[in-house]
Amino acid sequence: MNWEMVIGLEIHVQLATRSKIFSGSEVAFGGSPNTRASAVDLAMPGMLPVLNEEVVRMGVLFGLGIDAEIGRTSVFDRKNYFYPDLPKGYQISQFEHPIVGNGEVTVVLADGTEKQIGITRAHLEEDAGKSLHEDFHGMSGIDLNRAGTPLLEIVSEPDIRSSEEAIAYLKYIHSLVTYLGISDGNMAEGSMRCDVNLSLRPHGTKEFGTRTEIKNVNSFRFVEKAIAVEYERQLDILEDGGSITQETRLYDADRNETRSMRSKEVANDYRYFPEPDLLPIVIDETFIQRIKDTMPELPRAKRDRFQSEYKLSNYDAAVLAANRTLADYFEGVAATCGDAKLAANWVSVELAALLNRHDVAIEYTPVSAEDLGALIARIKDDTISGKIAKDVFEAMWNGEGTADTIIDARGLRQMSDQGELETMVATVLADNPNQVAQYRAADETKQKKMLGFFVGQVMKASRGQANPGLVNKLLNQKLAG
Amino acid sequence: MTVTTQDIENVATLARLRIAPTEIAEVTDRISSVLQLVDQMQAVDTGDTEPMANPLGEVQRLRADQVTESDQREAFQAIAPAAQDGLYLVPRVID
Repeated sequence: MNWEMVIGLEIHVQLATRSKIFSGSEVAFGGSPNTRASAVDLAMPGMLPVLNEEVVRMGVLFGLGIDAEIGRTSVFDRKNYFYPDLPKGYQISQFEHPIVGNGEVTVVLADGTEKQIGITRAHLEEDAGKSLHEDFHGMSGIDLNRAGTPLLEIVSEPDIRSSEEAIAYLKYIHSLVTYLGISDGNMAEGSMRCDVNLSLRPHGTKEFGTRTEIKNVNSFRFVEKAIAVEYERQLDILEDGGSITQETRLYDADRNETRSMRSKEVANDYRYFPEPDLLPIVIDETFIQRIKDTMPELPRAKRDRFQSEYKLSNYDAAVLAANRTLADYFEGVAATCGDAKLAANWVSVELAALLNRHDVAIEYTPVSAEDLGALIARIKDDTISGKIAKDVFEAMWNGEGTADTIIDARGLRQMSDQGELETMVATVLADNPNQVAQYRAADETKQKKMLGFFVGQVMKASRGQANPGLVNKLLNQKLAG
Repeated sequence: MTVTTQDIENVATLARLRIAPTEIAEVTDRISSVLQLVDQMQAVDTGDTEPMANPLGEVQRLRADQVTESDQREAFQAIAPAAQDGLYLVPRVID
């Protein structure tokens, strides 16, 4: 049978506030345990939550970023469960009246096609602490520094059909929250965590199969792998005529498998009810308008503009627009060299390769946009070839100077002097009489292939500096005899 | 709406409440009668009534995003049943 995979993602985003959602404790990653856990975070008797204004603003900003309805009256609820990393015995979350309602995002896949993915809702809640199960004489150690960190949980519709779509969606949300400045998006530190809901159904059917939920997958690569192995697992069971158990599973990256979280066998029943310690949040038009006025150009609008303004492909535009710093950098390069297409290629191929190789984020690139633009301008005016430019770029990366100083210092100016090149071509032809004879005897298709040999020889003779367009032209003339 | 003794046992487990087997029947009856009262109230026509999430008729006041708490770990851990290396210790929990 042909099976179709159905995926929905729940993404938890830690909001980049200074203080916690319900207390004045500092929000930061790591640190000495429990040094940022106040009486409210510890759930000492009589402590009351006081909501952080910035959390509300960030929630609304996200809602506006996905064109969603904003919950004008938003209510907090208690989600009841017992686990020591949440000492109140409940998590303050939102259930019936979340701050962000229905929205939608459009992601671009590698082949340039677009895909709409619905967002059911996004709600505010508090993060839990961390439990450590190392050796504490049969006890567990609890660190509540993270408890009370504001979270925005973004729940997608089950609109995703492949791991490629899942990653594209996740990356889109990542770029959106970083554009909006509501999260640092640092997945390694848990600023963005993802639960994957996955089920299979026979192709062409409407009804959903039984799903499993894979908890806390914390990198793009792990999401991709977790989806692949869980798909295979469910496929094997279904092909054997078995049925899927609805359950929560963990992805184990070391073994590349998902496994059941046995401790959660008791069906979750969170017995939500409105949080009596907090009043409803009323969001008025003025508040929303104020936030709208601060909205930056978002990835999607930027992507569309890159396509129309610079004539980039859908995919190139999406890649460059995904990161705000990268997008600004690209625009700087394009402005300096006056060729957006070439600028896009250099930024997304050559620069990206060096950033990758040296594990440097675009924020810390040693070559400024203006300097890269100046280098590209030298390709455009035929001072150097594209090939030589790559060497110059590496030298710029290593701090050897600007494009012009490196070109001069190394004597790399392209040879475009017709007379000089003609001499060189003549020498190469004279040195290779057999190849010339073979070439002249061959048919046109073969000739095209054989021309490469002569181009190579001339380039070698010129130490790579001959203008390749001119060399081709001259060779064609001379070989035609 | 009525509840069964099994519902009560289930809720008690979720809420970590211990109810002696001899008390289950009585607790079930008492909760059932509360729920009957709720049923009675449900019958009232509230078509023209604004939903009320809170009796105060106020909306939530918000706090400025400022760090106002300092580290008081020593004081809190002095009254904790068990602590080690800055961590609070609790009976072992394993995922």
